[in-house]
Amino acid sequence: MIRHLLSGADLDADTATLVLDTAAEMATVAGREVKKLPALRGRTVVNLFYEDSTRTRISFEAAAKRLSADVINFSAKGSSVAKGESLKDTALTLQAMGADAVVVRHPASGAPHRLADWVDGSVVNAGDGTHEHPTQALLDAYTMRSRLGRLAGLHVAIVGDVLHSRVARSNVLLLSTLGAKVTLVGPPTLIPRDISPALAPGTDVSYDLDTVLPGVDVVMMLRVQRERMSDSYFPSAREYARRYGLDGPRMRRLPEHAIVMHPGPMNRGMEITPEVADSSRSTIVEQVANGVSVRMAVLYLLLGGNNR
Amino acid sequence: MAYPPAAHSSPPRQPSVKVILAAADVSRVVDRIAHQILEKTQGAADTVLLGIPTRGVPLAKRLAARISTFEDVTVPVGVLDITLYRDDLRRHATRAVGPTDLPPGGIDGKRVVLVDDVLFSGRTVRAALDALSDVGRPASVQLAVLVDRGHRQLPIRADYVGKNIPTALAENVKVTLAETDGTDEVRLFGGAHS
Repeated sequence: MIRHLLSGADLDADTATLVLDTAAEMATVAGREVKKLPALRGRTVVNLFYEDSTRTRISFEAAAKRLSADVINFSAKGSSVAKGESLKDTALTLQAMGADAVVVRHPASGAPHRLADWVDGSVVNAGDGTHEHPTQALLDAYTMRSRLGRLAGLHVAIVGDVLHSRVARSNVLLLSTLGAKVTLVGPPTLIPRDISPALAPGTDVSYDLDTVLPGVDVVMMLRVQRERMSDSYFPSAREYARRYGLDGPRMRRLPEHAIVMHPGPMNRGMEITPEVADSSRSTIVEQVANGVSVRMAVLYLLLGGNNR
Repeated sequence: MAYPPAAHSSPPRQPSVKVILAAADVSRVVDRIAHQILEKTQGAADTVLLGIPTRGVPLAKRLAARISTFEDVTVPVGVLDITLYRDDLRRHATRAVGPTDLPPGGIDGKRVVLVDDVLFSGRTVRAALDALSDVGRPASVQLAVLVDRGHRQLPIRADYVGKNIPTALAENVKVTLAETDGTDEVRLFGGAHS
């Protein structure tokens, strides 16, 4: 097993499948009276969050607690980071406290990679800048596999602001490892121009959502990041919603079995309409529940044994 | 009659292997444990058999099949994975977690018979008892093993023992079953003489 989880590309097909299989076993704990396993008793997991996040932080916290680890939550607000402490000094502090794992979210792309050089424990990337969010990709893959029964050969459309999306980047890497085909859909201004076929085989690009929809098994809508709207990546919110938003009529163009995913938080009426978000095709609430199981699996596989 | 090539070229030091139970013996022993379970539980009412992976699982299924042949009662069978409850997790590379599969009726208020192939230190059974208390509250718990090889490190004993095999610590008992390994056999490896 790997020591850190920094990128969707850190996992080969066997390891990724092991994570998903382990998550399936972890999911059974959620249905039990005692939702607790002793596997990480005496281990310390630090949640180091430099960016606001509710669902990811709570998800990691629930996962670590269900495995009996001790959890320390550290958010940049109200800490010595607000007084100007550097990432390295914070890392050394955590190191001195004996953190076995650091779950880090940071606005700067690559921050978790730097952190991994400074601490002895495992580092889990919980989202860095516009770069990667590997546990989100794992929980998305888990959700697809549990809804559709397989990943190899699936056709997945990732729609929206791909350029700034760490969710999209990690998903492209992981899904291509697991044999799914990904089509990135969005306005040309929001699709990266440097998608390397070597890094993510089977990935292609389309600027027209309506032609892509009838052929996909999964459509993953990305959040339109409001802070980008003033940056003139697209003319207006209404035009974006008209061309790339998923509404009822568009949803009905999908094949019968296709599912609709969204990493949350949603802008209802922008990239997705309430009719779609609340439909039976939508896996949005499932994704949250699966997130805890997948993060339990990741923490167990990183910390459960003697992997040093 | 053809001999396997190994019979001709005997290496200088072959670790000693002794067959303790052959296939016919294994099936007799399983039959006897099934009879003992029926006797001790007054007909296996409200009883659930839980196999501990790997080889406890096929053994539990065989016991249930024999019990239903002998007395025409159906005993629910389940699987109890103990990986996350082991006390040696940190001494090894991360172990893969297997499925825990309880029978539909659950185990609350039932008599649970844990089934495993070899009873040695008792640590596996300790982990199984912890796992059991997290998935339900049985009325009582018993233990059935195919082989008891001694050297307990915890105050644990079996209620049903197929075969007691006195061993030295350096020796190793290996159980193979048709379902998992192709043949039914119990062998003793190592020891003083070769």
